[in-house]
Amino acid sequence: MERALSFEIIRRYRRGPTVAASASWPLSKQPLTVLFGPSGSGKTTVLRALAGLDRPDEGTIAFAGETWFDGARKVFVPPQARGVGLLFQEGAVFPHLSVEGNVGYGLGRLGRNERAARVNELAGWLRIAHLMRRRPAELSGGERQRVALARALAPRPRLLLLDEPLSALDAPTREALRAELRSLLERSGVPAVVVTHDRAEALALGDRLAVLVNGTIKQVGPVQEVFSSPADVEVALVVGTENVLSARRVGGGDGLVKLRAGTADLVAVDPGGVEDEAFACVRAEDVVLEPDDGGHLTSAQNRLPGSVASRRDEGPLVRVFVECGVRLVALVTRQSAERLSLLPGRRVVASFKAQAVRIVPRPS
Amino acid sequence: MDLDALALSLRLAGLTTLALLVLGLPLASWLAESRFRLKFLVEAVVSLPLVLPPTVLGFYLLVGLGPKSPLGRAFEALVGHPFPFSFAGLFGASVLYSLPFAVQPFTAALSGVDRRFVEASHALGVSRLETFARVTLPLAWPGVLAGAVLTFAHTLGEFGVVLMVGGNIPGRTRTLSVAIFDHVEALEYAAAHRTALLLLAVSFVVLAVVYGLKRPALFPWNAR
Repeated sequence: MERALSFEIIRRYRRGPTVAASASWPLSKQPLTVLFGPSGSGKTTVLRALAGLDRPDEGTIAFAGETWFDGARKVFVPPQARGVGLLFQEGAVFPHLSVEGNVGYGLGRLGRNERAARVNELAGWLRIAHLMRRRPAELSGGERQRVALARALAPRPRLLLLDEPLSALDAPTREALRAELRSLLERSGVPAVVVTHDRAEALALGDRLAVLVNGTIKQVGPVQEVFSSPADVEVALVVGTENVLSARRVGGGDGLVKLRAGTADLVAVDPGGVEDEAFACVRAEDVVLEPDDGGHLTSAQNRLPGSVASRRDEGPLVRVFVECGVRLVALVTRQSAERLSLLPGRRVVASFKAQAVRIVPRPS
Repeated sequence: MDLDALALSLRLAGLTTLALLVLGLPLASWLAESRFRLKFLVEAVVSLPLVLPPTVLGFYLLVGLGPKSPLGRAFEALVGHPFPFSFAGLFGASVLYSLPFAVQPFTAALSGVDRRFVEASHALGVSRLETFARVTLPLAWPGVLAGAVLTFAHTLGEFGVVLMVGGNIPGRTRTLSVAIFDHVEALEYAAAHRTALLLLAVSFVVLAVVYGLKRPALFPWNAR
Protein backbone atom coordinates (compact mmCIF):
# COMPACT_ATOMS: atom_id res chain seq x y z
CA MET A 1 0.00 0.00 0.00
CA GLU A 2 1.24 3.46 -0.77
CA ARG A 3 2.15 5.71 2.14
CA ALA A 4 -0.68 8.14 2.60
CA LEU A 5 -2.19 10.66 4.95
CA SER A 6 -5.89 10.00 5.47
CA PHE A 7 -8.20 11.67 7.89
CA GLU A 8 -11.75 12.22 8.84
CA ILE A 9 -11.92 14.99 11.38
CA ILE A 10 -15.20 15.85 13.01
CA ARG A 11 -15.27 18.61 15.53
CA ARG A 12 -18.28 20.45 16.83
CA TYR A 13 -18.03 23.89 18.33
CA ARG A 14 -20.68 24.72 20.86
CA ARG A 15 -21.60 28.08 19.43
CA GLY A 16 -20.38 27.79 15.91
CA PRO A 17 -20.00 25.60 12.92
CA THR A 18 -19.15 21.93 12.77
CA VAL A 19 -15.99 20.90 11.02
CA ALA A 20 -16.35 17.57 9.23
CA ALA A 21 -13.37 17.31 6.93
CA SER A 22 -12.16 14.14 5.34
CA ALA A 23 -9.53 13.55 2.69
CA SER A 24 -6.68 11.30 1.79
CA TRP A 25 -3.59 11.80 -0.30
CA PRO A 26 -0.35 9.98 -0.97
CA LEU A 27 2.76 11.28 0.76
CA SER A 28 5.22 10.66 -2.01
CA LYS A 29 5.72 12.42 -5.33
CA GLN A 30 3.87 15.68 -4.75
CA PRO A 31 4.87 16.45 -1.22
CA LEU A 32 3.37 19.92 -0.73
CA THR A 33 -0.33 20.06 -0.03
CA VAL A 34 -2.00 23.40 0.51
CA LEU A 35 -5.09 23.43 2.68
CA PHE A 36 -6.89 26.38 1.20
CA GLY A 37 -10.04 28.12 2.28
CA PRO A 38 -11.48 31.36 3.57
CA SER A 39 -11.02 32.24 7.24
CA GLY A 40 -13.41 30.33 9.46
CA SER A 41 -13.56 27.38 7.08
CA GLY A 42 -11.86 25.04 9.55
CA LYS A 43 -8.31 24.95 8.19
CA THR A 44 -6.69 25.47 11.54
CA THR A 45 -8.97 22.91 13.19
CA VAL A 46 -7.78 20.32 10.69
CA LEU A 47 -4.14 21.28 11.13
CA ARG A 48 -4.31 21.19 14.92
CA ALA A 49 -6.00 17.80 14.82
CA LEU A 50 -3.27 16.48 12.53
CA ALA A 51 -0.62 17.80 14.91
CA GLY A 52 -2.33 16.21 17.90
CA LEU A 53 -2.83 19.54 19.66
CA ASP A 54 -6.59 19.09 19.66
CA ARG A 55 -8.61 15.94 19.86
CA PRO A 56 -11.46 15.72 17.34
CA ASP A 57 -14.86 14.69 18.64
CA GLU A 58 -15.03 11.84 16.18
CA GLY A 59 -13.18 10.42 13.21
CA THR A 60 -9.84 8.90 12.35
CA ILE A 61 -6.39 10.08 11.38
CA ALA A 62 -3.91 7.71 9.81
CA PHE A 63 -0.40 8.52 8.70
CA ALA A 64 1.58 6.05 6.59
CA GLY A 65 -0.30 3.11 8.04
CA GLU A 66 -0.11 4.30 11.66
CA THR A 67 -3.28 5.25 13.45
CA TRP A 68 -2.86 8.65 15.09
CA PHE A 69 -6.45 9.03 16.12
CA ASP A 70 -9.48 6.81 16.17
CA GLY A 71 -12.51 8.21 17.95
CA ALA A 72 -14.38 4.91 18.04
CA ARG A 73 -11.47 2.87 19.40
CA LYS A 74 -10.31 5.71 21.67
CA VAL A 75 -6.86 5.86 20.12
CA PHE A 76 -5.04 9.17 20.47
CA VAL A 77 -1.34 9.49 19.81
CA PRO A 78 -0.02 12.60 21.62
CA PRO A 79 1.88 15.21 19.59
CA GLN A 80 5.19 14.15 21.13
CA ALA A 81 4.91 10.73 19.49
CA ARG A 82 3.71 11.82 16.04
CA GLY A 83 6.95 13.25 14.73
CA VAL A 84 5.42 16.31 13.16
CA GLY A 85 7.14 19.63 12.59
CA LEU A 86 4.93 22.59 13.35
CA LEU A 87 5.25 26.16 12.16
CA PHE A 88 2.88 28.76 13.51
CA GLN A 89 1.85 32.02 11.91
CA GLU A 90 4.25 34.01 14.03
CA GLY A 91 6.78 31.27 14.54
CA ALA A 92 6.38 30.96 18.30
CA VAL A 93 10.15 31.03 18.65
CA PHE A 94 10.99 30.63 22.35
CA PRO A 95 11.80 34.17 23.51
CA HIS A 96 13.98 33.08 26.44
CA LEU A 97 16.37 31.01 24.33
CA SER A 98 18.99 32.06 21.82
CA VAL A 99 18.50 31.15 18.17
CA GLU A 100 20.89 28.26 18.72
CA GLY A 101 18.89 27.10 21.74
CA ASN A 102 15.72 27.27 19.71
CA VAL A 103 17.02 25.25 16.77
CA GLY A 104 18.48 22.61 19.09
CA TYR A 105 15.44 22.51 21.38
CA GLY A 106 13.92 19.30 20.03
CA LEU A 107 17.23 17.45 19.84
CA GLY A 108 17.39 16.44 23.50
CA ARG A 109 17.92 12.81 22.63
CA LEU A 110 21.10 13.47 20.66
CA GLY A 111 24.52 13.74 22.21
CA ARG A 112 26.18 17.14 22.49
CA ASN A 113 28.31 16.77 19.35
CA GLU A 114 25.57 15.33 17.19
CA ARG A 115 23.23 18.09 18.31
CA ALA A 116 25.75 20.81 17.46
CA ALA A 117 26.33 19.22 14.06
CA ARG A 118 22.61 19.07 13.27
CA VAL A 119 22.08 22.67 14.44
CA ASN A 120 24.95 23.84 12.23
CA GLU A 121 23.62 21.92 9.28
CA LEU A 122 20.24 23.62 9.55
CA ALA A 123 21.77 27.01 10.22
CA GLY A 124 23.70 26.81 6.98
CA TRP A 125 20.76 25.53 5.10
CA LEU A 126 18.35 28.23 6.25
CA ARG A 127 21.04 30.92 6.19
CA ILE A 128 20.75 31.82 9.86
CA ALA A 129 24.30 30.88 10.89
CA HIS A 130 25.13 34.53 11.62
CA LEU A 131 22.18 34.81 14.02
CA MET A 132 22.92 31.87 16.30
CA ARG A 133 23.84 33.91 19.39
CA ARG A 134 20.95 36.33 19.09
CA ARG A 135 17.71 36.44 21.02
CA PRO A 136 14.43 36.22 19.09
CA ALA A 137 13.52 39.78 20.14
CA GLU A 138 16.47 40.99 18.05
CA LEU A 139 15.32 39.25 14.87
CA SER A 140 13.16 40.47 12.03
CA GLY A 141 9.92 38.69 11.21
CA GLY A 142 11.44 36.84 8.28
CA GLU A 143 14.46 35.75 10.29
CA ARG A 144 12.17 34.51 13.04
CA GLN A 145 10.24 32.33 10.58
CA ARG A 146 13.51 30.87 9.31
CA VAL A 147 14.52 30.03 12.86
CA ALA A 148 11.11 28.47 13.50
CA LEU A 149 11.43 26.39 10.35
CA ALA A 150 14.93 25.27 11.31
CA ARG A 151 13.66 24.31 14.75
CA ALA A 152 10.77 22.33 13.25
CA LEU A 153 13.03 20.51 10.78
CA ALA A 154 15.85 19.75 13.22
CA PRO A 155 14.39 16.56 14.75
CA ARG A 156 13.72 15.20 11.22
CA PRO A 157 9.90 15.24 11.33
CA ARG A 158 7.88 12.88 9.18
CA LEU A 159 5.31 15.52 8.35
CA LEU A 160 5.51 19.30 8.39
CA LEU A 161 2.48 21.37 9.29
CA LEU A 162 2.57 25.07 8.49
CA ASP A 163 -0.19 27.37 9.70
CA GLU A 164 -0.26 30.54 7.55
CA PRO A 165 3.53 30.65 7.68
CA LEU A 166 3.86 33.97 5.89
CA SER A 167 0.80 35.95 6.83
CA ALA A 168 2.34 37.76 9.79
CA LEU A 169 5.16 39.16 7.65
CA ASP A 170 5.25 42.52 5.88
CA ALA A 171 4.64 42.38 2.14
CA PRO A 172 8.22 42.53 0.77
CA THR A 173 9.50 39.94 3.26
CA ARG A 174 6.49 37.76 2.57
CA GLU A 175 7.11 37.74 -1.15
CA ALA A 176 10.80 37.05 -0.78
CA LEU A 177 10.27 34.20 1.65
CA ARG A 178 7.36 32.79 -0.32
CA ALA A 179 9.55 32.28 -3.33
CA GLU A 180 12.19 30.59 -1.22
CA LEU A 181 9.92 28.52 0.99
CA ARG A 182 8.89 26.13 -1.75
CA SER A 183 12.42 25.15 -2.62
CA LEU A 184 13.32 24.86 1.07
CA LEU A 185 10.37 22.56 1.68
CA GLU A 186 11.07 20.57 -1.44
CA ARG A 187 14.70 20.08 -0.52
CA SER A 188 13.81 18.98 2.99
CA GLY A 189 12.04 15.99 1.44
CA VAL A 190 9.43 16.11 4.20
CA PRO A 191 5.81 16.02 3.08
CA ALA A 192 4.10 19.21 4.20
CA VAL A 193 0.62 20.56 4.73
CA VAL A 194 0.43 24.34 4.43
CA VAL A 195 -2.65 26.17 5.62
CA THR A 196 -3.38 29.44 3.88
CA HIS A 197 -6.17 31.71 2.74
CA ASP A 198 -3.87 33.54 0.33
CA ARG A 199 -4.19 32.55 -3.36
CA ALA A 200 -0.68 33.60 -4.26
CA GLU A 201 0.68 31.54 -1.40
CA ALA A 202 -1.36 28.52 -2.44
CA LEU A 203 -0.14 28.83 -6.01
CA ALA A 204 3.47 29.46 -5.10
CA LEU A 205 3.78 26.66 -2.58
CA GLY A 206 1.42 23.85 -3.39
CA ASP A 207 1.68 20.78 -5.57
CA ARG A 208 -1.73 19.75 -4.41
CA LEU A 209 -4.63 21.86 -3.29
CA ALA A 210 -7.29 20.78 -0.81
CA VAL A 211 -10.11 23.29 -0.73
CA LEU A 212 -11.97 23.67 2.53
CA VAL A 213 -15.36 25.38 2.58
CA ASN A 214 -17.58 25.54 5.68
CA GLY A 215 -15.69 22.80 7.43
CA THR A 216 -15.76 20.33 4.55
CA ILE A 217 -13.02 19.46 2.09
CA LYS A 218 -14.69 20.01 -1.26
CA GLN A 219 -11.93 19.17 -3.67
CA VAL A 220 -8.42 17.76 -3.65
CA GLY A 221 -6.25 17.85 -6.75
CA PRO A 222 -3.26 19.35 -8.50
CA VAL A 223 -3.17 23.11 -7.94
CA GLN A 224 -3.81 24.12 -11.53
CA GLU A 225 -6.57 21.61 -11.99
CA VAL A 226 -8.47 22.81 -8.93
CA PHE A 227 -8.14 26.42 -10.05
CA SER A 228 -9.17 25.76 -13.65
CA SER A 229 -11.95 23.28 -13.02
CA PRO A 230 -13.43 23.81 -9.60
CA ALA A 231 -15.72 20.98 -8.54
CA ASP A 232 -18.65 23.24 -7.78
CA VAL A 233 -19.72 26.84 -7.42
CA GLU A 234 -18.51 27.07 -3.81
CA VAL A 235 -15.01 25.99 -4.76
CA ALA A 236 -15.09 28.33 -7.75
CA LEU A 237 -15.97 31.23 -5.45
CA VAL A 238 -13.20 30.37 -3.05
CA VAL A 239 -10.42 29.87 -5.59
CA GLY A 240 -11.67 32.83 -7.61
CA THR A 241 -9.08 32.67 -10.33
CA GLU A 242 -10.09 30.15 -12.97
CA ASN A 243 -7.18 30.50 -15.36
CA VAL A 244 -3.90 29.40 -13.86
CA LEU A 245 -1.48 28.94 -16.71
CA SER A 246 1.96 27.42 -16.41
CA ALA A 247 4.18 29.95 -18.10
CA ARG A 248 7.80 30.66 -18.80
CA ARG A 249 9.38 34.06 -19.09
CA VAL A 250 10.50 34.84 -22.63
CA GLY A 251 11.23 38.53 -22.41
CA GLY A 252 10.23 41.83 -20.94
CA GLY A 253 10.90 45.49 -20.58
CA ASP A 254 9.03 48.72 -20.06
CA GLY A 255 7.54 47.36 -16.84
CA LEU A 256 6.00 44.47 -18.68
CA VAL A 257 6.92 40.83 -18.84
CA LYS A 258 6.37 38.49 -21.79
CA LEU A 259 5.52 34.90 -21.03
CA ARG A 260 4.78 31.81 -23.04
CA ALA A 261 1.99 29.53 -21.85
CA GLY A 262 1.49 26.51 -24.08
CA THR A 263 1.90 28.03 -27.53
CA ALA A 264 0.30 31.31 -26.57
CA ASP A 265 2.25 34.46 -25.81
CA LEU A 266 1.05 36.61 -22.93
CA VAL A 267 1.91 40.08 -21.76
CA ALA A 268 1.59 40.99 -18.10
CA VAL A 269 2.61 43.77 -15.77
CA ASP A 270 5.99 42.75 -14.34
CA PRO A 271 5.69 42.14 -10.59
CA GLY A 272 9.48 41.62 -10.40
CA GLY A 273 11.22 38.45 -9.42
CA VAL A 274 10.03 36.43 -12.41
CA GLU A 275 13.09 34.59 -13.56
CA ASP A 276 11.84 31.54 -15.32
CA GLU A 277 8.79 29.54 -14.34
CA ALA A 278 5.68 31.27 -13.11
CA PHE A 279 1.93 30.95 -12.99
CA ALA A 280 -0.06 33.46 -14.99
CA CYS A 281 -3.48 33.91 -13.42
CA VAL A 282 -6.48 35.44 -15.13
CA ARG A 283 -9.99 35.57 -13.75
CA ALA A 284 -12.59 34.13 -16.08
CA GLU A 285 -14.69 37.29 -15.91
CA ASP A 286 -11.73 39.33 -17.21
CA VAL A 287 -11.56 37.35 -20.45
CA VAL A 288 -13.47 39.00 -23.30
CA LEU A 289 -14.59 36.90 -26.27
CA GLU A 290 -15.18 38.38 -29.72
CA PRO A 291 -15.67 36.93 -33.17
CA ASP A 292 -12.47 36.23 -35.09
CA ASP A 293 -13.12 38.64 -37.96
CA GLY A 294 -9.79 40.26 -38.61
CA GLY A 295 -9.16 42.29 -35.51
CA HIS A 296 -9.98 45.83 -34.63
CA LEU A 297 -8.05 48.19 -32.46
CA THR A 298 -8.25 47.62 -28.69
CA SER A 299 -6.19 48.51 -25.66
CA ALA A 300 -6.02 44.89 -24.52
CA GLN A 301 -2.44 43.65 -24.87
CA ASN A 302 -3.44 40.00 -24.98
CA ARG A 303 -5.40 38.81 -28.04
CA LEU A 304 -5.41 35.06 -28.46
CA PRO A 305 -7.21 33.56 -31.46
CA GLY A 306 -8.71 30.13 -30.93
CA SER A 307 -11.91 28.16 -30.91
CA VAL A 308 -14.57 27.27 -28.38
CA ALA A 309 -13.93 23.82 -26.93
CA SER A 310 -16.99 23.45 -24.74
CA ARG A 311 -19.40 25.46 -22.62
CA ARG A 312 -21.24 25.05 -19.37
CA ASP A 313 -24.38 27.03 -18.59
CA GLU A 314 -24.59 28.43 -15.07
CA GLY A 315 -27.87 30.30 -14.79
CA PRO A 316 -27.47 33.78 -16.26
CA LEU A 317 -23.80 33.10 -17.00
CA VAL A 318 -22.00 30.74 -19.30
CA ARG A 319 -18.56 29.29 -18.68
CA VAL A 320 -16.86 28.99 -22.04
CA PHE A 321 -13.71 26.91 -22.50
CA VAL A 322 -11.55 28.23 -25.32
CA GLU A 323 -8.61 26.44 -26.94
CA CYS A 324 -6.16 29.13 -28.03
CA GLY A 325 -2.72 27.60 -27.71
CA VAL A 326 -3.51 27.26 -24.06
CA ARG A 327 -6.84 26.43 -22.51
CA LEU A 328 -8.70 29.46 -21.19
CA VAL A 329 -11.95 29.82 -19.30
CA ALA A 330 -14.16 32.83 -19.97
CA LEU A 331 -17.25 33.77 -18.04
CA VAL A 332 -19.80 35.59 -20.20
CA THR A 333 -23.49 36.35 -19.91
CA ARG A 334 -25.94 34.03 -21.59
CA GLN A 335 -27.11 36.88 -23.83
CA SER A 336 -23.58 37.43 -25.14
CA ALA A 337 -23.12 33.72 -25.63
CA GLU A 338 -26.30 33.59 -27.72
CA ARG A 339 -25.43 36.70 -29.71
CA LEU A 340 -21.96 35.37 -30.62
CA SER A 341 -23.34 31.81 -30.95
CA LEU A 342 -20.56 30.47 -28.76
CA LEU A 343 -20.84 26.79 -29.56
CA PRO A 344 -18.03 24.26 -29.75
CA GLY A 345 -15.91 24.85 -32.85
CA ARG A 346 -16.75 28.57 -33.16
CA ARG A 347 -13.65 30.69 -33.97
CA VAL A 348 -13.15 33.46 -31.42
CA VAL A 349 -10.50 35.79 -30.08
CA ALA A 350 -9.98 35.77 -26.32
CA SER A 351 -8.62 39.06 -25.05
CA PHE A 352 -7.65 40.51 -21.72
CA LYS A 353 -5.54 43.39 -20.49
CA ALA A 354 -2.00 43.01 -19.27
CA GLN A 355 -3.17 44.26 -15.87
CA ALA A 356 -5.65 41.39 -15.63
CA VAL A 357 -2.80 38.88 -15.56
CA ARG A 358 -1.41 38.16 -12.12
CA ILE A 359 2.00 36.58 -12.06
CA VAL A 360 3.04 34.25 -9.26
CA PRO A 361 6.72 33.33 -9.56
CA ARG A 362 7.30 29.67 -8.92
CA PRO A 363 10.92 28.63 -8.98
CA SER A 364 11.17 24.96 -9.77
CA MET B 1 15.94 42.16 70.65
CA ASP B 2 13.69 39.32 69.67
CA LEU B 3 16.26 37.46 67.60
CA ASP B 4 14.65 34.12 68.44
CA ALA B 5 11.36 35.43 67.13
CA LEU B 6 13.05 36.80 63.99
CA ALA B 7 14.74 33.48 63.31
CA LEU B 8 11.47 31.66 63.81
CA SER B 9 9.57 34.05 61.55
CA LEU B 10 12.17 33.74 58.79
CA ARG B 11 12.21 29.96 59.07
CA LEU B 12 8.43 29.80 58.97
CA ALA B 13 8.19 32.16 56.00
CA GLY B 14 10.96 30.37 54.10
CA LEU B 15 9.49 26.92 54.63
CA THR B 16 5.98 28.11 53.79
CA THR B 17 7.22 29.69 50.57
CA LEU B 18 9.07 26.52 49.62
CA ALA B 19 6.04 24.36 50.39
CA LEU B 20 3.80 26.62 48.34
CA LEU B 21 6.18 26.50 45.39
CA VAL B 22 6.02 22.73 45.49
CA LEU B 23 2.25 22.49 46.06
CA GLY B 24 1.13 25.72 44.45
CA LEU B 25 2.79 25.38 41.04
CA PRO B 26 1.07 22.11 40.07
CA LEU B 27 -2.22 23.45 41.44
CA ALA B 28 -1.80 26.72 39.55
CA SER B 29 -0.83 24.85 36.40
CA TRP B 30 -3.99 22.78 36.69
CA LEU B 31 -6.09 25.91 37.31
CA ALA B 32 -4.52 27.62 34.31
CA GLU B 33 -5.13 24.76 31.89
CA SER B 34 -8.04 22.66 33.06
CA ARG B 35 -11.43 22.90 31.44
CA PHE B 36 -13.05 20.98 34.30
CA ARG B 37 -16.59 22.23 34.78
CA LEU B 38 -16.41 22.51 38.56
CA LYS B 39 -13.07 24.30 38.52
CA PHE B 40 -14.72 27.42 39.93
CA LEU B 41 -15.36 25.56 43.19
CA VAL B 42 -11.66 24.79 43.55
CA GLU B 43 -10.85 28.42 42.78
CA ALA B 44 -13.29 29.58 45.44
CA VAL B 45 -11.79 27.24 48.05
CA VAL B 46 -8.24 28.36 47.23
CA SER B 47 -9.26 32.00 47.63
CA LEU B 48 -11.17 31.54 50.91
CA PRO B 49 -8.26 32.63 53.13
CA LEU B 50 -8.37 36.03 51.42
CA VAL B 51 -11.78 36.83 52.84
CA LEU B 52 -12.02 34.71 55.98
CA PRO B 53 -10.83 36.21 59.27
CA PRO B 54 -7.74 34.28 60.34
CA THR B 55 -9.57 33.33 63.48
CA VAL B 56 -12.05 31.25 61.48
CA LEU B 57 -9.28 29.28 59.78
CA GLY B 58 -7.44 28.95 63.09
CA PHE B 59 -10.60 27.80 64.86
CA TYR B 60 -11.32 25.06 62.32
CA LEU B 61 -7.71 23.90 62.36
CA LEU B 62 -7.82 23.66 66.16
CA VAL B 63 -11.05 21.73 66.07
CA GLY B 64 -10.19 19.58 63.05
CA LEU B 65 -6.62 18.75 64.05
CA GLY B 66 -6.92 19.07 67.83
CA PRO B 67 -6.03 16.14 70.08
CA LYS B 68 -9.70 15.12 70.29
CA SER B 69 -10.27 14.73 66.56
CA PRO B 70 -9.37 11.56 64.62
CA LEU B 71 -7.14 13.56 62.29
CA GLY B 72 -5.38 15.18 65.22
CA ARG B 73 -4.81 11.79 66.85
CA ALA B 74 -3.41 10.45 63.60
CA PHE B 75 -1.06 13.44 63.39
CA GLU B 76 0.08 12.91 66.95
CA ALA B 77 0.69 9.21 66.38
CA LEU B 78 2.68 9.99 63.26
CA VAL B 79 4.75 12.99 64.41
CA GLY B 80 4.90 12.38 68.13
CA HIS B 81 3.31 15.63 69.37
CA PRO B 82 -0.08 17.30 68.94
CA PHE B 83 -0.71 19.59 65.97
CA PRO B 84 -1.72 22.78 67.82
CA PHE B 85 0.89 24.87 69.62
CA SER B 86 3.80 23.34 67.71
CA PHE B 87 5.97 24.60 64.86
CA ALA B 88 4.48 21.94 62.58
CA GLY B 89 1.02 23.26 63.38
CA LEU B 90 2.14 26.79 62.68
CA PHE B 91 3.68 25.69 59.39
CA GLY B 92 0.54 23.81 58.28
CA ALA B 93 -1.67 26.76 59.15
CA SER B 94 0.63 29.20 57.33
CA VAL B 95 0.62 27.11 54.17
CA LEU B 96 -3.17 27.09 54.10
CA TYR B 97 -3.47 30.73 55.01
CA SER B 98 -1.00 31.90 52.35
CA LEU B 99 -2.31 29.56 49.65
CA PRO B 100 -4.09 32.27 47.59
CA PHE B 101 -1.12 34.62 47.85
CA ALA B 102 0.96 32.02 46.02
CA VAL B 103 -1.58 30.31 43.78
CA GLN B 104 -3.24 33.42 42.35
CA PRO B 105 -0.06 35.06 41.01
CA PHE B 106 1.22 31.66 39.88
CA THR B 107 -1.98 30.98 37.95
CA ALA B 108 -1.95 34.43 36.37
CA ALA B 109 1.70 34.02 35.38
CA LEU B 110 1.24 30.53 33.95
CA SER B 111 -1.87 31.40 31.99
CA GLY B 112 -0.03 34.43 30.63
CA VAL B 113 2.37 32.13 28.78
CA ASP B 114 1.33 31.87 25.15
CA ARG B 115 -0.09 28.40 24.50
CA ARG B 116 1.75 28.23 21.20
CA PHE B 117 5.13 28.02 22.93
CA VAL B 118 3.88 25.04 24.90
CA GLU B 119 2.35 23.43 21.82
CA ALA B 120 5.49 24.01 19.76
CA SER B 121 7.46 22.25 22.47
CA HIS B 122 5.05 19.29 22.54
CA ALA B 123 5.27 18.97 18.76
CA LEU B 124 9.06 18.91 19.07
CA GLY B 125 8.71 15.72 21.09
CA VAL B 126 9.26 17.22 24.53
CA SER B 127 7.08 15.80 27.33
CA ARG B 128 4.58 17.89 29.27
CA LEU B 129 6.67 17.95 32.45
CA GLU B 130 9.86 18.85 30.61
CA THR B 131 8.01 21.53 28.67
CA PHE B 132 6.85 23.00 31.97
CA ALA B 133 10.42 23.14 33.21
CA ARG B 134 12.03 24.35 29.97
CA VAL B 135 9.39 26.70 28.56
CA THR B 136 6.46 27.53 30.82
CA LEU B 137 8.36 28.17 34.04
CA PRO B 138 11.15 30.30 32.50
CA LEU B 139 8.55 32.43 30.73
CA ALA B 140 6.32 32.74 33.80
CA TRP B 141 9.28 33.31 36.10
CA PRO B 142 8.61 36.96 37.07
CA GLY B 143 5.05 36.12 38.12
CA VAL B 144 6.17 33.05 40.01
CA LEU B 145 8.81 35.11 41.79
CA ALA B 146 6.21 37.73 42.67
CA GLY B 147 3.96 35.01 44.11
CA ALA B 148 6.82 33.56 46.16
CA VAL B 149 7.74 36.98 47.56
CA LEU B 150 4.14 37.77 48.41
CA THR B 151 3.89 34.46 50.22
CA PHE B 152 7.09 35.10 52.11
CA ALA B 153 6.11 38.62 53.13
CA HIS B 154 2.57 37.60 53.99
CA THR B 155 3.76 34.75 56.22
CA LEU B 156 6.25 37.04 57.89
CA GLY B 157 3.49 39.41 58.85
CA GLU B 158 0.71 37.02 59.74
CA PHE B 159 -0.71 37.24 63.20
CA GLY B 160 -4.18 35.88 63.79
CA VAL B 161 -3.67 32.33 62.63
CA VAL B 162 -0.31 32.16 64.38
CA LEU B 163 -1.84 33.17 67.66
CA MET B 164 -4.80 30.81 67.29
CA VAL B 165 -2.90 27.71 66.24
CA GLY B 166 0.59 28.33 67.53
CA GLY B 167 -0.02 30.19 70.73
CA ASN B 168 2.93 32.10 72.08
CA ILE B 169 5.71 29.70 73.05
CA PRO B 170 9.12 31.41 72.90
CA GLY B 171 11.47 29.72 70.45
CA ARG B 172 8.74 27.39 69.19
CA THR B 173 5.75 29.36 68.05
CA ARG B 174 6.49 32.95 69.04
CA THR B 175 6.92 34.85 65.79
CA LEU B 176 7.86 38.51 65.35
CA SER B 177 4.31 39.72 65.01
CA VAL B 178 3.25 37.91 68.16
CA ALA B 179 6.28 39.26 69.98
CA ILE B 180 5.22 42.80 69.13
CA PHE B 181 1.73 42.09 70.43
CA ASP B 182 3.28 40.76 73.63
CA HIS B 183 5.42 43.84 74.12
CA VAL B 184 2.49 46.17 73.62
CA GLU B 185 0.35 44.18 76.04
CA ALA B 186 3.12 44.49 78.59
CA LEU B 187 3.48 48.24 77.80
CA GLU B 188 7.11 47.69 76.70
CA TYR B 189 6.87 50.27 73.95
CA ALA B 190 10.62 50.56 73.39
CA ALA B 191 10.92 46.83 72.74
CA ALA B 192 7.80 46.90 70.58
CA HIS B 193 9.38 49.73 68.56
CA ARG B 194 12.58 47.82 67.96
CA THR B 195 10.79 44.67 66.88
CA ALA B 196 8.30 46.52 64.70
CA LEU B 197 11.12 48.42 63.03
CA LEU B 198 12.95 45.16 62.45
CA LEU B 199 9.89 43.64 60.76
CA LEU B 200 9.40 46.78 58.70
CA ALA B 201 13.04 46.78 57.59
CA VAL B 202 13.10 43.07 56.70
CA SER B 203 9.85 43.34 54.74
CA PHE B 204 11.04 46.41 52.88
CA VAL B 205 14.40 44.87 51.97
CA VAL B 206 12.76 41.70 50.67
CA LEU B 207 10.36 43.65 48.45
CA ALA B 208 13.03 46.10 47.29
CA VAL B 209 15.37 43.29 46.28
CA VAL B 210 12.68 41.63 44.24
CA TYR B 211 11.47 44.77 42.49
CA GLY B 212 15.10 45.67 41.87
CA LEU B 213 15.70 42.30 40.24
CA LYS B 214 12.61 42.44 38.07
CA ARG B 215 14.44 44.48 35.49
CA PRO B 216 14.45 43.91 31.75
CA ALA B 217 18.14 43.06 31.92
CA LEU B 218 17.26 39.95 33.86
CA PHE B 219 14.07 39.20 31.97
CA PRO B 220 14.75 40.58 28.50
CA TRP B 221 11.78 38.80 27.00
CA ASN B 222 9.47 40.78 29.28
CA ALA B 223 10.83 44.13 28.16
CA ARG B 224 8.07 46.17 26.67
